[in-house]
Amino acid sequence: MRKNIITIKNLSKSFGNRRILKEINFDINEGDIACIIGPSGSGKSTLLRCINLLEYPDSGKIIYDGKNILTGEYNINKYRSKVGMVFQQFNLFNNLNVIQNCTIGPIKVLRQDPKEAYKTAMKYLTQVQMSSFAEAKPKQLSGGQKQRVAIARALSMNSRVLLFDEPTSALDPETVGEVLKTMKNLASSGLTMIIVTHEMAFAREVSNKIVFMDQGIILEEGHPDNILTNPKHERTKTFLSRFIINE
Amino acid sequence: MEKSFLEWIVYIIQNYGLWFLKGAGTTLLISFFGTIIGFIIGLVFASIRTIKITHNNFKKILMKIINFLISCYVEVFRGTPMMVQAVIIYFGMQEFMGINFSPTVAGLIIVSINTGAYMIEVVRGGIESIDIGQLEASKSIGMNHWQSMIHIILPQTIKNILPATCNEFIINIKDTSVLNVISVTELFFVTKSIKGAIYRTYETFIVVALIYLILTLTITRIIRYIEKFMDSTDKFTPASSTMPIIFVKKTGEK
Ligand SMILES: Nc1ncnc2c1ncn2[C@@H]1O[C@H](COP(=O)(O)OP(=O)(O)OP(=O)(O)O)[C@@H](O)[C@H]1O
Ligand SMILES: [Mg+2]
Repeated sequence: MRKNIITIKNLSKSFGNRRILKEINFDINEGDIACIIGPSGSGKSTLLRCINLLEYPDSGKIIYDGKNILTGEYNINKYRSKVGMVFQQFNLFNNLNVIQNCTIGPIKVLRQDPKEAYKTAMKYLTQVQMSSFAEAKPKQLSGGQKQRVAIARALSMNSRVLLFDEPTSALDPETVGEVLKTMKNLASSGLTMIIVTHEMAFAREVSNKIVFMDQGIILEEGHPDNILTNPKHERTKTFLSRFIINE
Repeated sequence: MEKSFLEWIVYIIQNYGLWFLKGAGTTLLISFFGTIIGFIIGLVFASIRTIKITHNNFKKILMKIINFLISCYVEVFRGTPMMVQAVIIYFGMQEFMGINFSPTVAGLIIVSINTGAYMIEVVRGGIESIDIGQLEASKSIGMNHWQSMIHIILPQTIKNILPATCNEFIINIKDTSVLNVISVTELFFVTKSIKGAIYRTYETFIVVALIYLILTLTITRIIRYIEKFMDSTDKFTPASSTMPIIFVKKTGEK
């Protein structure tokens, strides 16, 4: 059995008196590629942001490496450095150039030697084919280039899990492909990833687990072959019928 | 023979030029360092204000108290004239705390605290104008609040609020004149003394008006030059790029 990394138990989150996540249970093992799909407003982003603690859950447990990180005793920043995040809007640090974006975390948070951090960052920038832009500022890059740098930034932290929140939704259609290709490479390298996406063909190809969310709950989850072709629930069927999956 | 207007001006400059120069020096010194210290006060307190406690009730209450105290500071110093603040702080410190600063040091302290009150609001506005994604991204790689502030948020904020800060400097050059109430020998105080010595109110104040104008105009120019220089350091040309660079104007970015 593969090693469990994150287990989520009965996680709930409300905004005001609106319950956005209702008793979510969810498991991530080493090497998992989990894709979270579902209609707009179903709570996909909120779930991802709770896993990264950008939103603090109201109740429930997030168990990382066997320890509940929501007890108040756990060092949240340390946990966050292990769970990287790639945002829809990229969120590259505008005041830093590409290489600094990738080294600031390792140097300041992980206290790595700057030379070592530089080497690691260059390795990942090469992997996402952005090494020739090391000195560029974010505003000089296209959307797809920014997102690949954002991926390199997350990788440079040597995170155990990467979370992606609709990483290609803000991109021009021409550049979606380059980011998806980069993510496919990562998937085959054995990295653990949780991806919120509307790219069904991509989800089917890379994931070993599809999670369908609707109205704050996980309606069904399982292997992509089951969920995408043989969904049990009516709502999943309706949702999927809007996507044409090219095979 | 009675001197003409221009002759008086020349006379004043020739005989009291050094006085004016010293006064202008004190004015510049107090307003420059007062602005810098006020700027730092603004950065620190506005950063404290933006701390968000998501859990832990004790810390939440503590933050509320701290925020309340900061608000009091801001409101009191923005809601009263600096001249009144100067008298209260200067004589208050002498009477009740037995602290005897020289007027110049006291003046510097007053201008710093006063500027700080304004700068807190300026910095806060600056921080709030930065896309929230910047803070979220820094948190997501494990930075704590102060790391995020120092390395990511404040550098961007400072760039945005530099014009407002420089404006504050210009205002301070003019407003330090109120420090004459506590006998700081700044430009205005010096002018009053000269007027008292030669009994020429009108001409003396025309001269000092010109000196203030020269100070503020020169500084405005210098600031513009610095701003231009900072903008030009943003250019980039990749030395050896294997890929075409696509210059896209803010694709889907806020
Ligand atoms: N900070 C917030 N304050 C209040 N309500 C929020 C907040 N964040 C999200 N919501 C609400 O929570 C609900 C779920 O939002 P969420 O962003 O998680 O949905 P989603 O599944 O990611 O949708 P989409 O596919 O459109 O991104 C929405 O109705 C949204 O309006
Ligand atoms: Mg979303």
